[in-house]
Amino acid sequence: MIEWLSMGLMMIGAFFFFAGTVGLLRFPDVYSRLHALAKADNLGLGCVLLALALQAESLAVALKLLLIWPLVLAASAGVGFAIARRAHALGIAPWKKGDGR
Amino acid sequence: MMFAFDLLLALALLLSGLRTLTTPRLDRGIVLFIAFGLLLALAWARLSGPDIGLAEAAIGAGLAGALLLDAYGVLQRSKDLHSKGVAFKRLIVIALGTAFTIVLSEALLDPLPAAIDLRVPVAAHLEESGVSHPVTAVLLNYRGYDTLLEIAVLLLALLAILAVVGETRIASPSRAHPVLQALARLATPSIIVMAVYLLWAGAFRPGGAFQAAALLAAAAVLLHLVGLLPGWSTPRLRLRLGLVAGFAVFLTVAAALLRQGALLKYPPEAAGGLILLIESALTLSLALILAGLFLILSRDEDAS
Repeated sequence: MIEWLSMGLMMIGAFFFFAGTVGLLRFPDVYSRLHALAKADNLGLGCVLLALALQAESLAVALKLLLIWPLVLAASAGVGFAIARRAHALGIAPWKKGDGR
Repeated sequence: MMFAFDLLLALALLLSGLRTLTTPRLDRGIVLFIAFGLLLALAWARLSGPDIGLAEAAIGAGLAGALLLDAYGVLQRSKDLHSKGVAFKRLIVIALGTAFTIVLSEALLDPLPAAIDLRVPVAAHLEESGVSHPVTAVLLNYRGYDTLLEIAVLLLALLAILAVVGETRIASPSRAHPVLQALARLATPSIIVMAVYLLWAGAFRPGGAFQAAALLAAAAVLLHLVGLLPGWSTPRLRLRLGLVAGFAVFLTVAAALLRQGALLKYPPEAAGGLILLIESALTLSLALILAGLFLILSRDEDAS
């Protein structure tokens, strides 16, 4: 049962990572690419970590795995903010519908 | 399965290394270099060398990356980025790098067998060394004098920098946005916990003073970058004491043990405690020295 749950979470995580990567490659400007990375990848990471925690041999290992998530969330939120702010300060305009890529 | 991962890792290493060298923009090169360092740390972990992996991630990618980014900022301000002769310099670097790679691969393809196999004696005397992790036993016990001289060299490097830079007045860095400050504040406590853990874990698993110190130094650099920690102009007494503490404690222990007959020959029953004492002092000093290399060099002189 736990095996299947873990496997399912892993697949969901992989899907979000895939979606985030597609977004990084295909989205038109720096802001939407950041959005793809910071949102989809972190959700994917959460699913993968949960899947791994379910299979961990001890509670301590499971908790350590789950601790990674909030740390990465905070780091990626901060870094995403810093990059977006820098891009804004450099005068990079957000992409609008109808703009070329 | 793992083979596929290793193959991907090796390809990613080669590609990122190549891109680091060939990208026309310096800032991209630096970011690629940091990514390269992290991939290299992964590779070391896969090669069962987690000690080197940790050091590579903390010092090679983290601290060196921060120093490079800082140097880039200074270069950009002095507008020296697009000076002439860049192509020529790159040519020299590429030529030397290629020569080095050829020599290195030749040496690696035909390695001479080690004159003496030390793995067996290292394992045999692990009981008496006071720690159960062979790397820490070698660094702090069997070849303690190597580590003693290493910390002396690092201290000397910092002293040389202090002597060259002299006493220029500096302004504290401009305060970063509150969001970034909050992130640094959030990260610092967990970095300190991690550093203490690494120091403690060094006795029985990968870890130890150097890795712990690199983490602490990274925390200091992070705090400095968001403007919460002023750059260091002239170290005051407390800071000076901290900088030399590791070397001083190490030297004191070495001097006190001289009558044992050999340099740094610990009595087996006290070895564990002595190593922990030395490693704690080393962590503090190394962290201050590594952070000092950054904080003293990164003073904003034009802001004064």
